[in-house]
Amino acid sequence: MSTPPTRNSCETIPAHRGRVREGRTVKNLLVLAGVLMFLVWSYYGAEIHLSQLLSRDSFGQIVIYIKKLFPPDFSPAVLQEALKGTIETFAISFMGTLMAVVIALSIVFFASKNLIYSGLLYELEPRQGWKRAARRVPYLAAKSVLNILRTIPEMVWALIFVFLVGLGPFPGVLALGVHTGGVLGKLFGEVLEDVDAQPIESLQSTGASRLQILCYGILPQVLPQFISYSLYRWEVNIRVAAVLGLVGAGGLGQRIHIAISLFLENQLLTLILAIYILVTAVDYLSAYLRRKVM
Amino acid sequence: MKESNPSLIRPSDKSFFPYIFTALFVLAFVDSWRRADIDPVVFFEKKGQEALWKFLTGMFPPDVSWNFISLMLRPALETIQISLWGTLIAVAIGFPLGLLGTHTLAVRGILNDAELQGAPVRRGMRYGLYFLARGLLSLFRSIPEFVWAFMFVRAVGLGPFPGVLAIGVAYGGMLGKVYSEIFEAVNYRPLEALQSVGANKLQIFFYGWFPQALPNFVSYTLYRWECAVRASAILGLVGAGGLGQQIEISMRMFNFNEVLTILIILFMMVAAVDYISAKTRAML
Repeated sequence: MSTPPTRNSCETIPAHRGRVREGRTVKNLLVLAGVLMFLVWSYYGAEIHLSQLLSRDSFGQIVIYIKKLFPPDFSPAVLQEALKGTIETFAISFMGTLMAVVIALSIVFFASKNLIYSGLLYELEPRQGWKRAARRVPYLAAKSVLNILRTIPEMVWALIFVFLVGLGPFPGVLALGVHTGGVLGKLFGEVLEDVDAQPIESLQSTGASRLQILCYGILPQVLPQFISYSLYRWEVNIRVAAVLGLVGAGGLGQRIHIAISLFLENQLLTLILAIYILVTAVDYLSAYLRRKVM
Repeated sequence: MKESNPSLIRPSDKSFFPYIFTALFVLAFVDSWRRADIDPVVFFEKKGQEALWKFLTGMFPPDVSWNFISLMLRPALETIQISLWGTLIAVAIGFPLGLLGTHTLAVRGILNDAELQGAPVRRGMRYGLYFLARGLLSLFRSIPEFVWAFMFVRAVGLGPFPGVLAIGVAYGGMLGKVYSEIFEAVNYRPLEALQSVGANKLQIFFYGWFPQALPNFVSYTLYRWECAVRASAILGLVGAGGLGQQIEISMRMFNFNEVLTILIILFMMVAAVDYISAKTRAML
């Protein structure tokens, strides 16, 4: 069983590993020169002022800003507001992830090749070209829907849903659900295309129908990984839910937006602490549940 | 799946967990539903449907006039530039902190065993540094890059620079953590061999440790760069340059065809960066 990706990776797991090949010095130097030029160009393009940043003037400004953050404002009213925001953020991430699981599960079975048109399940079927082609249509449609959902970032979805349903936590839930639905759809699909064929074969040899094979041969294999991936995306989503409010989608982000805009630095620190505690707690909870499942 | 030795599993654990879990899940579900103001009916009401229709019809056809695209060219390039320098700063922050936060490098293991034996004060100081580095990394990565960006906009002003700093700090925390995991996972044989021939610490590090970690190190950094491109594209929503700012402007002006164009540009950019990064990784 493959381990789930590290918690901070944004979508998929990097594929790598190999060996450094030798003896391409000239090419390497050229590449290096190119990269350096690229960096210099970026330095000016991104209007970076590292020297200025390290100068006493603006470094002092940052120090002053940090000093303003302290001490965090622990007055009852602020604490209550922070608590409310924390619970709301939790609710957004929870409902968003659930919605994502529902979306992913309802699409993914059409988006994995071995379930929809090729492989063991379809070997015995008479090779009628048009039937195969017809099966490809839902496959391609499901794949492209997942791609679209996944490509548009959560924050942009949030902007769109704020326009569609108005301000508040609900557009945040929709944004998380739709984007994460695309991501989970892709991850689930990879798991499905990767199942062990032996149980399927033995079920097939006993004359099980395709639905029965799906329920008894495939789902039990993939379920632990589905749950594990969903928990992992929940960890990512709690971080996103904490900032969705910056575009008007509720949660702690909304309060942070207000605190920053009104120069209430002490309250800001309280809210940041709340994010820190919430994120850490959810990480532990998710790790605990993952251990239970795997 | 864990189902090894039945005698190791305590029965109380097994029997209560599902019930407690289900109860908590239902509770969280009901409470979250209420708190998140979930209201699916909106999409079936006239107002919601009108908004949806306006949005969908407004998107097509995408605005591909040269006028608009040439206007988007600079923010698109800016996004790449932000991600590049953000990742560089992240490496500059993550590498030293990651080293200090590596248990086997900072406090234990063959590099330190001989030196710290019977020197509790020095060992204590090393532990202090170790926990400081770990704490900083965890702080850096727990605060989302958006909040960092927002604070840096306040501290250094609008523009791409706060975006660079935000990505640098937030991703520095993530990179540092992963770097320390990579450093912990090296094979110890070469290190011991080096030590036995009398290499000093620096030599052990550069000839034994670093070459082993380098491929994973580069690969993970490249992968983070891909994430940084996505992040810097939307950091503009809080005023930190790049395409995000344009998305927000177009969205606020209800020019949905422009939004679609920007999303297409974003898609192509991300795909290109993924391709470059995958190619580079394959070369490793």
